[in-house]
Amino acid sequence: MADVIMDVRNLKKNFGPNQILKGINFKAYRGEVVCIIGASGSGKSTLLRCMNLLEIPTSGEIYFEGVNILDRSVDPMRLTTKMGMVFQQFNLFNNLTVLQNCVLGQTVVLKRPRNEARRTAMEYLEKVGMAQFINARPHQLSGGQKQRVAIARALSMEPDTLLFDEPTSALDPEMVGEVLKVIVSLAKTGLTMLVVTHEMDFAREVASRVVFMDGGVIAEENTPDVIFNNPKNDRTRAFLTRVLRKN
Amino acid sequence: MGYFIVNKYPEFLRGAGVTLLISITGTVVGFLIGLLIGVVRTIPMRTTDSKIKTAFLRVVKFILQAYIEIFRGTPMMVQAMVIYYGIASLFHVSMNQLFAGFFIVSVNTGAYMAEIVRGGIESVDRGQFEAAHTMGIRHGQTMRHIILPQAIRNILPAIGNEFVINIKDTSVLSVISVTELFFASNSIAGTYMAYFQTMIITCAVYFVLTFTVTRILRMVERKLDGPSNYAILNDSAISENAMEEGGV
Repeated sequence: MADVIMDVRNLKKNFGPNQILKGINFKAYRGEVVCIIGASGSGKSTLLRCMNLLEIPTSGEIYFEGVNILDRSVDPMRLTTKMGMVFQQFNLFNNLTVLQNCVLGQTVVLKRPRNEARRTAMEYLEKVGMAQFINARPHQLSGGQKQRVAIARALSMEPDTLLFDEPTSALDPEMVGEVLKVIVSLAKTGLTMLVVTHEMDFAREVASRVVFMDGGVIAEENTPDVIFNNPKNDRTRAFLTRVLRKN
Repeated sequence: MGYFIVNKYPEFLRGAGVTLLISITGTVVGFLIGLLIGVVRTIPMRTTDSKIKTAFLRVVKFILQAYIEIFRGTPMMVQAMVIYYGIASLFHVSMNQLFAGFFIVSVNTGAYMAEIVRGGIESVDRGQFEAAHTMGIRHGQTMRHIILPQAIRNILPAIGNEFVINIKDTSVLSVISVTELFFASNSIAGTYMAYFQTMIITCAVYFVLTFTVTRILRMVERKLDGPSNYAILNDSAISENAMEEGGV
């Protein structure tokens, strides 16, 4: 576990007068599944979005595979290719079919030949159980199906790391399961995954480490066993009592 | 009125032809101008970009903004006069009237189209830009493959509007003696002192032109919407599909 893939140092992010991230220090190791939990507004999503430069941090450093991605001489687009992302709102390309969604990035960015791109796309679409629907367009699919396509699209780029920003929060309850099942199966393949989630059972089951964020800082991080059964921090305990009572 | 239709139809038709030619060219070229400007104006400016790039983008965006404001903010008739007579007196060359017509309508439409295209681009939800960004797809490619196809579909009704307006507004080019429909009918009306009859015919011709154009655009819209159904593939079709080339 010595291979650090993501190293965030003293990361701060302000939106106007509001400081959302107040100095985050965070490391992720290759092959880890890190679940980031915390209340809404605690900065979980912002942290994830900073990692692939959807937000430009106000200060701090982010090393991805040893390279500071905030360095001006680094081409950010080349780096974000190695980091896939799955969004809460799926964000599929609405003008393209399911298959085209998974092929486009491969041909345009990775310059793969069309045939190879199709094969790769089909492979991952089968993995998420969406191979039957390759000719459908996003608006013809259910939320769970869209999210599975979005996961296949991200996987088709064969990234080193996959970021999930609340992948099940926009889904109907009966569709959460199908998406989580896919993510659980990915966790077993050794892909590095950072998952912002409100699904505590999921975090408990698949995470190798759980990070609890509160008010723009990492309040506690530990194995799921410690976080869920024996949290050291009062705020973690209060948060978990709140969310677990709901379920 | 029958007399004018029977005897003067070549003039009307030629005028209608010129009108159609100028408005089609103007709309198409204007649309291309608008597309280019729309794409440039939506290039994101990031704080991580180099200073030179940021400064260059600022200047370009300012110039484009000025172009849009000036050409939207002044009447096309006056622009026609300024450009046509301005060039004539400054350089002592007289422009071909038809060419001047193409130029003025294109540049004027371009200013409107730029705003229409920008609206279209902004109507596509930000999430798709973000998804493309996380896959490493660059701004230009994102535009070409993902955003513009959706944006253009969304703005087709507005483009149709521009086209119809252009068909009618080419009539102002009569001030620089472009022999479009209104210029042609005006000459006939003047010669025979029969304004009512000729102008009724002119109205009819304009209406036929605009009505046809709007029908055609509606058809294009439906075509772009694509099929409303899709086929679910069975296992053998899936493996075939994985092998076969093309189609994507």
